[in-house]
Amino acid sequence: MNTLKQQIIISGVGGQGVLFVTRVMAEAAIAKGLPVFTSETHGMAQRGGTVVSHLKIGTFASPMIRPYQADGMISLKAENIAIHGSYVKPGGWVVVNSEHDVETDLDVTICRIDADGLAQSSGQARSANLIVLGFALARISRQAADAGHRFFCDVEDIRSVLEAQLSRKKPMLDASVRAIETGYNQGINKEGVCDGLYTV
Amino acid sequence: MKTRKLMLGNEAIAQGLAENGCRVATSYPGTPASEILPALADLKNETGVPAHVQWAVNEKVAFEIAYAASITGLRSAVSMKQVGLNVASDPLMSAAYMGTRGGFVIISADDPGPHSSQTEQDSRLMAMMAKIPVLDPDSPAQAKDMTALAYDISETFQIPVMLRPTTRVCHSRQDIQAGPVPLADAKADFKKDPTRWAATPKFRYQLHKQLETKLNDIAEFEKTAPVRLNPEVVSSKAVVTSGVCAAYVREVMQDSGLMEKISLYQVLQPYPLHLRFMEELVQHHEDVLVIEETDPVIEMQLADRHRVKGKLNGVVPGVGELLPERILEIIGGFAGVEVPSVRLPDVPGRRPTLCAGCPHRASFFAIKRAVPKGIYTGDIGCYTLGLNLGAVDTVLCMGAAISQAAGFYHAYKDQPDPPDVVATIGDSTFFHAGIPALVDAVVQNVRFVLVILDNSTTAMTGNQPTPASGIGACGESLTTVDIDAVVRGCGVRFCREADPYQLDALTGLLKEAVSYARENGPAVIISKHPCLIHRRGAARDVVSVPVAVTDACDGCGYCIRHFECPALVLKGDSGRVTIDPMACSQCGVCIHVCPKHALIEQKNN
Repeated sequence: MNTLKQQIIISGVGGQGVLFVTRVMAEAAIAKGLPVFTSETHGMAQRGGTVVSHLKIGTFASPMIRPYQADGMISLKAENIAIHGSYVKPGGWVVVNSEHDVETDLDVTICRIDADGLAQSSGQARSANLIVLGFALARISRQAADAGHRFFCDVEDIRSVLEAQLSRKKPMLDASVRAIETGYNQGINKEGVCDGLYTV
Repeated sequence: MKTRKLMLGNEAIAQGLAENGCRVATSYPGTPASEILPALADLKNETGVPAHVQWAVNEKVAFEIAYAASITGLRSAVSMKQVGLNVASDPLMSAAYMGTRGGFVIISADDPGPHSSQTEQDSRLMAMMAKIPVLDPDSPAQAKDMTALAYDISETFQIPVMLRPTTRVCHSRQDIQAGPVPLADAKADFKKDPTRWAATPKFRYQLHKQLETKLNDIAEFEKTAPVRLNPEVVSSKAVVTSGVCAAYVREVMQDSGLMEKISLYQVLQPYPLHLRFMEELVQHHEDVLVIEETDPVIEMQLADRHRVKGKLNGVVPGVGELLPERILEIIGGFAGVEVPSVRLPDVPGRRPTLCAGCPHRASFFAIKRAVPKGIYTGDIGCYTLGLNLGAVDTVLCMGAAISQAAGFYHAYKDQPDPPDVVATIGDSTFFHAGIPALVDAVVQNVRFVLVILDNSTTAMTGNQPTPASGIGACGESLTTVDIDAVVRGCGVRFCREADPYQLDALTGLLKEAVSYARENGPAVIISKHPCLIHRRGAARDVVSVPVAVTDACDGCGYCIRHFECPALVLKGDSGRVTIDPMACSQCGVCIHVCPKHALIEQKNN
């Protein structure tokens, strides 16, 4: 029996692909035989409003994460750390899409990537969400390994999910895989943007 | 090998309907229920199951179609959101009396919070009023299982059964085991019985008596009895819960060690509450805490009230969503143990806004420009967000833009210089509830302007087709109904179409409509441009108009305040508006918005 339990907040604004990132990660969990629960934002809020997903991997009864219980947070907007950062437990991690350094009073490790900038310069304006995910996978795996445990999935798991999900949309699949790799390479690259809280 | 699939709660409900032989399913879209019918349509297309799956023009019509199928002996279902059930409440009350033959499941999805609704109303109270049983699932997996249970109750007792998921059930995803979908044909076989299916008041009295008998029997039905989740615990205290709260309670009681100390019961069927359960609670426990969303439906049925803590004595909040952190505090207080009190800081997030390039934004801007001192009655849909632009003054319910416009007209008509009234309504909402209101406005000669914001889809809930779309829930071709013809058929003599991207032309037309309405009665403009989200990925038939910001921009912020396009950004001290290329749809409408003419079409691109 696998006793792995991980809780992750994915936060952004409507139209950024918060649900897509959540879905891809949840599918990766299923592919590995892990129980999974997510909670999503639909409806009016998705019209440019604040959107948050809760992702729970392992045996849980409810879809919602309580404040200060999440292992980490993927924030597709810098301002959302102020809104949803308090879900993350002390000592947890936040991976954020931001052009500038982010200040916070929270006891969390912040890793920053300018995914919007990277997406624009590579001509894939809509793939910033997957660049952040790729970056997160590189950084979280490393941090988890340092702490002596494993993150529930890796970049190969995500690639397999994308291949299964987008098998009939080849151009979209190629762009998505490219975006994941772009982010991942930034994450493993020592020169990658990181605000210094986290030492590579 | 067992394969588990990641399913949205609504997809799990659809899977449950399909696995249990549902042959007619209808719906009108509404968050959080919208994904049930499309998921069933996908299952139909994948498996070839001979089912009729359709979007209806509104919830009342949807209900009546599915109900008729049930009385032919087929299993059927209708799904909607809680406010949609209000629209269907008329047939609901009668269907409860007449009962069913084939199983009939009414799925009414509630929205505690409320996340995207006008009300937080509890559909379980509607079930109580209609006198039908209601099931309250705690998760996508249980929602799927409960569709089977609902058909079982419905056919055992010949009664409609309500399944009442809430937002957190509908919009969570879980790994779920999918079962086989039976493909065998089911035969419709309507047996005429006017004393039942066309009962006059004399027979309705008999039907009411039968209904009460059914309810008593359902309150003893073994399969829906409340579940004792920790039977080994002996305690003078008990927690009673249902719905998604039951999932929260389980998790917080396990995490805080209270699962071994306090008895926990999960109610599967909040109405009618099992009589034996009520007796058992009183016999075994001194103190009972009831945790449920949104109204005290279970709590009110517990007779020995002095033992009960809940919403009625303020121990549990009576409004808003009950989140797990709040539940932990309440249960901690009830148990008399220290639990951490944690709340998220109350930081306002971004408010929702119309998408960059949304045609509705242009329509609202034109309305404000053409009729700056008007009263603007609004309606339910994406375009409710016109209130950000100051172009929506009222939002009541589906179709009310037109009837409220009539009300304003009648209220002001004897005063000197009455205000102009401009109503806005979406195309799907117009079909849903706007037509009767427009007929009334024509008959009463209401002098107002109606702008039908026609983006050729039901955008807010996920782009479901409208009667003008010519396409069905399963992708099949259907006959179309023309909005212009309907408007003229209602007796409106001024009906013109415009493209909101042509801002100046639309503004001119609005002024013309206002002068016409002041003299003659209702004037209608169909402001037509397809939804951007709906079109995404498809071949774009519009000309891209890239916009540049010139030196004439002095950062006055007029475009941000009055047009509020998310692609227009005024950053701190840069002094000038910039265009966010990630957001901009290149609609070019903002060129006509800037009072300084600082936004221009970018050439050579």
